[in-house]
Amino acid sequence: MMTMLGGEPFLLVSKQEQQNYPLYIRSVPSDSELKFHYTVHTSLDVVEEKVSAVGKVIVDQRELYLGLLYPTEDYKVYGYVTNSKVKFVIVVDSSNTSLRDNEIRSMFRKLHNSFTDVMCNPFYNPGDPIQSKVFDSMVSSMMVQTC
Amino acid sequence: MEPHEEKPIIYTMENKPIVTCAGDQALFTSLYNSLTQQLPREPMEWRRSYGRAPKMIHLEANFVQFKEELLPKEGNRALLTFPFLHIYWTDCCDTEVYKASVKEDIVRWQSLLRLHSTTDWLIVVVESDTKKKNKTNILPRTSIVDKIRNDFCNKQSDRCVILSDPLKDSSRSQESWSSFLTKLRTLLLMSFTKNLGRFEDDMRTLREKRTEPGWSFCDYFMVQEELAFVFEMLQQFEDALVQYDELDALFTQYVLNFGAGDGANWLCSFCQPLRSWNGLLLRRPIDMEKRELIQHGQASLLDLRSYLFSRQCTLLIFLLRPWEVTQRALELLHNCVQELRLLEVSVPPGALDCWVFLSCLEVLQRIEGCCDRAQLEANCSHTVGLWTYATEKLKSLGSLCGLVSENGPNSEDLNRTVDLLAGLGAERPETANSLQSPYKKLKEALSSVEAFEKHYLELSHAAMEMYRAIGRMRSARLVGKSLAEFYMRKGDPQRAEAFLQESLKSYLAEGWALPVAHTRKQIAECQKQLGQTDEYLQTSALLASDTHLTDMERKHFCQEILSFAGQTAEGHAQKVVLSMNAFAQLRQLQFRPATAVVHVGAALELELSLRSLMPVPVRLEQLAVSVHFSLEKGGARGRAGPGGGAGNRGRVGQGQGSPCGTVLFPGESPPGALPRSQPPALELYEIQDRSPSDGALNSAGVVCKNVHLLLRRQDSSASLDTPSSTAVAVEDGAQLLKTHDVSLLPGNNNILFTAPSREPGTYTLRQLCATVGRIQFVLPHIYPIVQYEVYSQEPQLSVEPLADNLLAGLPQRVKFIIVTGHYSIKRGDALQLSNSDAMPILSSSGCVARVLSSDSELVAETTLSMQSSEKVTSVSLPLAPPYHSVEFQLEVQCHIPAGPVRPESERLTNGEPWHRARSRQRTSSGMSVVDQKISIDCPWSIYSTLVALTFYIPFKAKHLLLSSGKRKYIQVCLQNVSDMNFHVSDQQLAERQQSSSLWLQSLNAKAKQLVHSKQSVFCLWEVKWTCEPPASLQCVFSINFCPADAQRSVFTPYYYEFQLDNVSTLYSLSADIQPAPGEQQCRTGTLCGLEVSIVRLAEPSDSEQQDEGPVETGGFCTTKLMYEVVDNSSNWAVCGKSSGIVSMPVAANATHKVRMEVMPLFAGHLPFPSIKVLKYLPHNAPSTIPPDTDGCVENDNISLLDKGLDDQADTSSIRSRGSVHSLGGGSEQQQRGLPMPRLEPFGPGQVFNRSQGCQVLVLPSKDDHVLEVNLT
Repeated sequence: MMTMLGGEPFLLVSKQEQQNYPLYIRSVPSDSELKFHYTVHTSLDVVEEKVSAVGKVIVDQRELYLGLLYPTEDYKVYGYVTNSKVKFVIVVDSSNTSLRDNEIRSMFRKLHNSFTDVMCNPFYNPGDPIQSKVFDSMVSSMMVQTC
Repeated sequence: MEPHEEKPIIYTMENKPIVTCAGDQALFTSLYNSLTQQLPREPMEWRRSYGRAPKMIHLEANFVQFKEELLPKEGNRALLTFPFLHIYWTDCCDTEVYKASVKEDIVRWQSLLRLHSTTDWLIVVVESDTKKKNKTNILPRTSIVDKIRNDFCNKQSDRCVILSDPLKDSSRSQESWSSFLTKLRTLLLMSFTKNLGRFEDDMRTLREKRTEPGWSFCDYFMVQEELAFVFEMLQQFEDALVQYDELDALFTQYVLNFGAGDGANWLCSFCQPLRSWNGLLLRRPIDMEKRELIQHGQASLLDLRSYLFSRQCTLLIFLLRPWEVTQRALELLHNCVQELRLLEVSVPPGALDCWVFLSCLEVLQRIEGCCDRAQLEANCSHTVGLWTYATEKLKSLGSLCGLVSENGPNSEDLNRTVDLLAGLGAERPETANSLQSPYKKLKEALSSVEAFEKHYLELSHAAMEMYRAIGRMRSARLVGKSLAEFYMRKGDPQRAEAFLQESLKSYLAEGWALPVAHTRKQIAECQKQLGQTDEYLQTSALLASDTHLTDMERKHFCQEILSFAGQTAEGHAQKVVLSMNAFAQLRQLQFRPATAVVHVGAALELELSLRSLMPVPVRLEQLAVSVHFSLEKGGARGRAGPGGGAGNRGRVGQGQGSPCGTVLFPGESPPGALPRSQPPALELYEIQDRSPSDGALNSAGVVCKNVHLLLRRQDSSASLDTPSSTAVAVEDGAQLLKTHDVSLLPGNNNILFTAPSREPGTYTLRQLCATVGRIQFVLPHIYPIVQYEVYSQEPQLSVEPLADNLLAGLPQRVKFIIVTGHYSIKRGDALQLSNSDAMPILSSSGCVARVLSSDSELVAETTLSMQSSEKVTSVSLPLAPPYHSVEFQLEVQCHIPAGPVRPESERLTNGEPWHRARSRQRTSSGMSVVDQKISIDCPWSIYSTLVALTFYIPFKAKHLLLSSGKRKYIQVCLQNVSDMNFHVSDQQLAERQQSSSLWLQSLNAKAKQLVHSKQSVFCLWEVKWTCEPPASLQCVFSINFCPADAQRSVFTPYYYEFQLDNVSTLYSLSADIQPAPGEQQCRTGTLCGLEVSIVRLAEPSDSEQQDEGPVETGGFCTTKLMYEVVDNSSNWAVCGKSSGIVSMPVAANATHKVRMEVMPLFAGHLPFPSIKVLKYLPHNAPSTIPPDTDGCVENDNISLLDKGLDDQADTSSIRSRGSVHSLGGGSEQQQRGLPMPRLEPFGPGQVFNRSQGCQVLVLPSKDDHVLEVNLT
């Protein structure tokens, strides 16, 4: 799964369905990186809960955006899951009020597109940490925008 | 369960829309109960403005006596007290009375209403029969109503209704009630629509003015809340909630705008420093104190938020949506914290924590109050957030107030606590009696260290259990981790560790490197405090190798290990055993030699590539690999060739064992750095199931051999990496590979070992153990399996020809190779070669033996000494260590056996009979071979070694008996079948039994001749005799030969023995062809005469007597001959009888002539047709000489063999042609069946054909203009 922390911090992780190991993590203020890692890791609980709930009630299967996973005092955690159950998580500073649902949604879509490009790379071994420069720069640009 | 039934419990402000009643109060009072009961009984549809969906509502009303004060004054927007309908009650049925008082009263009432511009009124005329009966003379009842309608309701006749006999239970009265109530409801709703619509319009106008400077949110709040109240009053909670949500959103937007720099003036009142933080209060329907604060613009942000939320909460509970309360509560709390920050409200430290804590608990208690236990448990997911939040806040309060430290709070902490408690104010009366109130809890928790701990643990455990119950394990672990931190600060590492370990497991399983590193650090601290040395060291090792830590940290942990290692062990000498995974990784193993198969005692080197994960160089006192030794295979194996060795090592490294002897180990990522390595690769093997009886394939398939690894559950596999869970055991391997004093630098290190190879067998590398002072780092299993083999070998002797083919008759070099194996050749060891006459060993002085090491390096060269005795040649061997080879060459010569092979000569030198023929007839190269065996006694064995050598005879000889009339010649053809050229000389032919009557005259050249490869030399002798030659002649041909390229021409004799039978000529054949009479020459197509004359040349001999059984007839001894004229080349057509039997007298010069006619078919010089003469034996002949039958047959056999190939072909053709004639089989047939005459051919020299090779000229016939061309 993939995570990004928005606002000032920004972080990206990617995970497979069963094994929730990070494929990519990025956060902007690196001093609180550890905290983000904990936050994102914990958010997987909610992602899994939502994904399994989607399975039970056949809502719109094409809706990949999971919405706000849960709020904390300082951050808002948003989730997104691809059809192949790769999870994206964006963590945004609560004080960043410019990011509404729609912005987050489009950020996820951009991420997903870029991630698809990474997966299309024949030299990329699915499941490996993402080291694509293109992907990196895309995330960077997204983080800059939201700051 | 309707919400409003619960209402009395919590809803103290019992509001209903107000309806005033004027007129006859007594009348109204009598009807009041029925009215209040019946009004809400049936719902009415409420159609609403602004496109809002119509609703069915049950109307209720609060009927009050009309007073002028009730009418709202201009500008008073209070809706709650607003009278929505005014009713005038009268039961007047008397016109006089009406005119006298009622009308006046109504006019007054109407004018008052008009004064306040109220149009919502109704006049009810109650009719009752009782009253009517009293005054029967009155006007028709309608008149009063008509009058009223006429007087007041111009065009609004529906404003006046009649209620008939309301107190009676009749259908008429019910009907009347029903229509009255419908009217009442309709009018009420009309009034609502009208008045609320007007109110909403006003409200909107007010809202639009919000940008104006004097606008106050609080004022607006009060207005919109009024609307909410009305909706609530009408039990339209949804609509009421919408009002509050709108207010909420409006306020939120203002705060956000403020943050964006667009501050509204009125917001300043919310920016005042926080003085009270007493939490939410959800137990009252309306918190009037807070409402008043808002009304007067004195509310703080928290007051406003609290009030707003309490109202929302009340409405949500009415709506049976308690879980939305919890969700909104969490949002609210987070939001408030943010808003306070945004508005830069000064908040005393901890105040907000108090507020949040109290609020969380208040919400939870409120929810608990309206749900049963089962519901609560089923909805943990909604409440757990609040629990966690409360826990967090209590924790931070605890640390703020010094309640978490080991020493308890200091004075500063206490002061802070007092300040915080002051901000809570007094406990609210609602909760004063509740022992578990949030207020009391907080006060108690902050009162003492013990109380705090109690409350904190309670909350934490509650949160954790809830998380577990809903399957949010990660969240539960995070709470656990936080609890662990608390325990650590309390100085209770024991408890902390359990939580940390659990969290660590989860992070490891999912590969979260940073949390892993952080948690490990905490664990290390725990373990250090607990004095768990082993575990601490193990964790330290993991941390020291974790690249996610700073260099400083890594070095610190590395130093921890090293300093422990450096301590001198006191008391317990036990070494501390740690897993090597964290310390270093085995990357690669390389064997030298690469095959990893060596003989006993050989040097085998093992190079180990070890990657140290430590940040600093580490000096290892010892690095050892323990080896498991098993006798399996290795010992029993013979010489393991490089190919065999490699094949056998297929299992070494499971495909990773490369031909260069390198075993690579899967590059496990260092612990901490995304340890979720790839799942192990599939190891697939083919299986075939064959039926046991006939080996037919039943099924074939593929099996995965490491299913147990692949299908392992994820959770349990995570424990692989946790060091403490797997106790690392050091095996006591007897065999060890060791090096001492190795300095392990960070990164890759190569270490060289010498592998033990003292015993033959298979050595499996099991463990790797690095010793640093008191610490041993152990890699418990080396996987993939790495093995090497040590083999022991029996000494072996092999003898190989040096050339492709050994030639008999010539000295040939033979190579002796001794592979010493485990035997070492000592002084005096010798090979004993048994001598054989047929193959002497030629002792040459300059024979050199070479001693080679196992890898074919020359070790020594010595000259061999040989001693030959009569029976044995002894070759003394040079000294050679084990696993070397000794090579030397000997010269042997195999004598060519003379003549045809006789069974009696097939004996081994030591007298053993040979079980197979020594010389085989032919080989593919056309050479005859001779197998020679040498028996060799080796010093290492009591048994003799038999070595077979195959020699090829370079020559082949043939003989031929040639006749010319009575004269006889013997031709011998010597064919060189080898690849060499030879000189031959001194060819001689001799008779075995020397007789004086016979001599052989050589007609050959004397000089030596050169016979090239694959060429022949012919020799010829004339046989001369004085008296009659014997029937059988045994000859020996001898010739000397030597290789043409030999420097010294040493000639070796070649013997060829053969036997000739029936040497002398018995008959002479001559033929003559005469042209047809009258012709000069023979012509094609014309018959010619063929005259064959057979002349007996010799006197009958004894042997002939026996052989042919001549028949005595008429004093003459005659023998019967069969002649046959055959033309195989189709030149001639034999006309008439071509064969016949003649009787020949057995006497010299007896002649017999036979004539027949032949026709030439072609023109030219045509050879004569061939004429054959055969012995014709009468049917009784064999029976006359029965005892000789066997011998005769045998002789025939031999003679056939002796005659060579060409003759054989002839005889066979005769055999096939004359079916009467047969050899052994024929005689049997004769004895069994009818006696039949036999045909027997003459020996090669017995019949001489004079006309052999004669030709006769045939002219073409005259009419040869017809030319027949045959193309075949």
